[in-house]
Amino acid sequence: MSERPTYTLKGETGDWELVMGLEVHAQVASEAKLFSGASTRFGADPNCNVSLVDAAMPGMLPVINEKCVEQAVRTGLGLKAKINKYSRFDRKNYFYPDLPQGYQISQFDHPIVGEGEIEVDVEPAHGDPAYAFPVRIERLHLEQDAGKSIHDMDPTATYVDLNRSGVALMEIVSKPDVRSPLEASSYVKKLKSIVVALGTCDGDMEKGNLRADVNVSVCRPGDYEKFRETGDFSHLGTRCEIKNMNSFRFIQAAIEYEARRQIEILEGGGKVIQETRLFDPNKGETRSMRNKEDAHDYRYFPDPDLLPLEIDDLFIDNIRESLPELPDEKRARFEKDYGLSRYDAGVLTADAERAEFFEVVAHNRDAKLAANWVSQELFGYLNREDLELADSPVSAVQLGALIDLISDDTISGKIGKDVFARMIDGEGDPGEIVEKHGLKQVTDTGAIEAIVDEIIAANPEQAESVKEKPKAMGWFVGQVMKASGGKANPQAVNQILKQKLGL
Amino acid sequence: MTELTKLTLAAALDGLKRKAFSSTEITQAFIDQIEASNETLNAYVVKTPEKALEMAAASDKRIASGEAGALEGAPIGVKDLYCTKGVRTTACSNILGEFTPTYESTVTQQLWDAGAVMLGKLNMDEFAMGSSNETSRFGPPANPWRRQGSNQTLTPGGSSGGSATAVSADLCLGATASDTGGSIRQPASFTGTVGIKPTYGRASRYGIVAFASSLDQAGPIAKTVEDSAIMLEAMCGHDEKDSTSLPEPVPEWRDAVHRGVQGMKIGIPKEYRVDDMPEEIEALWAQGIEWLKEQGAEIVDVTLPHTKYALPAYYIVAPAEASSNLARYDGMRYGARVDGDNLVNTYEGTRSKGFGDEVQRRLMIGTYVLSSGYYDAYYLRAQKVRKKILNDFVTAFGQCDALLTPTCPSAAFAYGEKADPVQMYLNDIFTVTANLAGLPGISVPAALDKQGLPLGLQIIGKALDETTCFRVAGALEEAAGFVARPEKWW
Repeated sequence: MSERPTYTLKGETGDWELVMGLEVHAQVASEAKLFSGASTRFGADPNCNVSLVDAAMPGMLPVINEKCVEQAVRTGLGLKAKINKYSRFDRKNYFYPDLPQGYQISQFDHPIVGEGEIEVDVEPAHGDPAYAFPVRIERLHLEQDAGKSIHDMDPTATYVDLNRSGVALMEIVSKPDVRSPLEASSYVKKLKSIVVALGTCDGDMEKGNLRADVNVSVCRPGDYEKFRETGDFSHLGTRCEIKNMNSFRFIQAAIEYEARRQIEILEGGGKVIQETRLFDPNKGETRSMRNKEDAHDYRYFPDPDLLPLEIDDLFIDNIRESLPELPDEKRARFEKDYGLSRYDAGVLTADAERAEFFEVVAHNRDAKLAANWVSQELFGYLNREDLELADSPVSAVQLGALIDLISDDTISGKIGKDVFARMIDGEGDPGEIVEKHGLKQVTDTGAIEAIVDEIIAANPEQAESVKEKPKAMGWFVGQVMKASGGKANPQAVNQILKQKLGL
Repeated sequence: MTELTKLTLAAALDGLKRKAFSSTEITQAFIDQIEASNETLNAYVVKTPEKALEMAAASDKRIASGEAGALEGAPIGVKDLYCTKGVRTTACSNILGEFTPTYESTVTQQLWDAGAVMLGKLNMDEFAMGSSNETSRFGPPANPWRRQGSNQTLTPGGSSGGSATAVSADLCLGATASDTGGSIRQPASFTGTVGIKPTYGRASRYGIVAFASSLDQAGPIAKTVEDSAIMLEAMCGHDEKDSTSLPEPVPEWRDAVHRGVQGMKIGIPKEYRVDDMPEEIEALWAQGIEWLKEQGAEIVDVTLPHTKYALPAYYIVAPAEASSNLARYDGMRYGARVDGDNLVNTYEGTRSKGFGDEVQRRLMIGTYVLSSGYYDAYYLRAQKVRKKILNDFVTAFGQCDALLTPTCPSAAFAYGEKADPVQMYLNDIFTVTANLAGLPGISVPAALDKQGLPLGLQIIGKALDETTCFRVAGALEEAAGFVARPEKWW
């Protein structure tokens, strides 16, 4: 791992740096909503997953769904965060047609999960070195989602779909520890890999089940360090919050735009106004949604319909015992058990299914060879074709069998790639492919000697000159391999050539 | 058959059980009474005679087949705050329009499961906000009691004014009511009936239109202490649909009513002796103390030092919760709606037309006290006061088993006599403390004042100790021998 680079933006008046904190909303994986028995199934007809409680009918009362509490605690443990045995639900009051109660039930000053920390891996494009950095988690709290307002179905009316109304969300709030657009998207990626591994959120960003708000501000070099020393926010610039982004690409693009916008304002002698902004992916811009002046006064107060949420050690310990292996732990194990680099281990453990696939392939085999075949060849192919692992034409058992053929010298690595291509085309078992196409490696030195003799005889001048320039032996290797149809064992070819050419 | 309507609930249940008369007969008698009286008394805002007769017929079948429940065949009225499936429920507010629930409140469901028969929905202050029933969209009911020699219409109190009127005028055997700051006990006191607010959490709030969630409790208004115990037993019990409902078994309160007060310690809180309280109420309180002494109770003086802060704290907490609870009435999904040319105008039109003045006043107060910058000074401080009031009670109950106080600082008053909202709020001065502390409180009629109006005494018990409340109330009822009925003028 290399050092964490400082991300700087060049301005007219000097360098600028970025400071960001993120609020990630992750929909809790649960059958039912946070306070009602209604289903959370995606794709139901509008207003079909709505209970009397979700529609805020008169006299209806919320009752906490224990499964959602369990999922929040599970996530908190996955974030290595403090679990608060006492937490409380508050009402956040505001009027909007997709908020039937006229308030959102959330957790204001007593969240269920307190401070934690995660390590985020960054893999820059353009060949810059990979690195990792820590992000401190401030809190995680449970809250209700609102319904959906649909403004474009009718020119004069807005339609409201309450299917999402009351669905449980976990809001995960970070400290201002993120310093570049790539770090921001990497952080969200890391959170996603953790909640997916835990089974507490499906991480489906396209459906909006995981989305991020990013607080962006800019400062001069050195200011951030002063802030970290003193905790005094006045060292940092005024922040703007970019709401509701549901793709890694948008997150990066929005931050890049927003940083430039703020720098231009500041360098033009203006002031950044604290406000909420929306990213328009079509224009690649952020635009103002509402500023501080028209910010709502949410009139938070403890929800009198709900008792404080109190959980005990037994509840927490039961969840702790059932935690799956987390991506970081798995990566550490892969580094240790398989002797992989941190980077390779990171790629293989970013996704639980992929990690499991690798472990099947690597079982009782050369781990580095297995890692290369799995991440370079197979994942490379899947990524190019935009396929999920579940759609892979090559199973872990088949890929393992291919590696065995290479390891026991039945075929060369190069032939292995041809066999792999045929496996992708659906030709099936690698052993059968090798048989069928006669791809077995020639290790019979007699047969190789015969080819070598033939080639030397046909090219006396080269055979002479290679004695002066031993590096030119590669040409002979190529000729021999070609003549053998690629099946000659390369080591044997090298050895025999050296001997026959007198090198 | 008018005599049937004069029966107590206990006597009626006995007659039904003995098959002296059928549920259909007594139900019809009440329907006739309501038909004859309601135009004048305005107790019922929805009458459900057909439903009542259907339920009565089903009850008669169950009585015949020996499957009778605890309230089998007994016709009752339901405060309009309770959601009743298929029967219009508006909390007497215009904003709910013709809202007809598709669901039943837990408390009323329990009553129907016990065999009770529904006569209709009873008048109340809009969203239970008021102490005179004047804020109802359907106009106020008339108290069956009038001052001697006067034709002036008096309030039956509020917010459960319709419930108190109906019970007092024999328009039902008993009625459901609700109490956020005294809305069961004050109307009971004004109408010579018995009303009990149980411990917070005893009765489910599911399906009851919310006013102030941390204070609202269901309870009955009935003709006698025993009747109120019968009703309350059927209304209480743990309900998983209400997170604040207590997982406690329901005792057999009816048995406690005649058990007496021998050896009990009754506390008299000196802070309830307020300035300019009518002498008659002072005297009645003293009389109550004598009655209990005579029956073997020991009287102890206790102090509840934070009592004077109760009313201000109540008028912060209750509006604050109401301002949030009533946000759902926005004209979007149900109820009345006044369309504007944009969303904000639709909200404003709907809510300013839909809510009456008193409700709007409280929503504004509630919104104000929760606003940023004011929250700590008002809401948070009120919650601290609330804790102190609860501690006062805990300390006092270290010295006694129950407290005896007047229910109200006055007898029933005439409409318009308390035009100043604060004067109206002061009527709750003895009752709000039990709500703030979540304690059970019962009002029992004890005497008539010089003008011939009933006055009630209140017993406040320890949390979950309704049993003691019923014992003391039963003893007072017996000693007072209160049998006065309003002279029929309607």
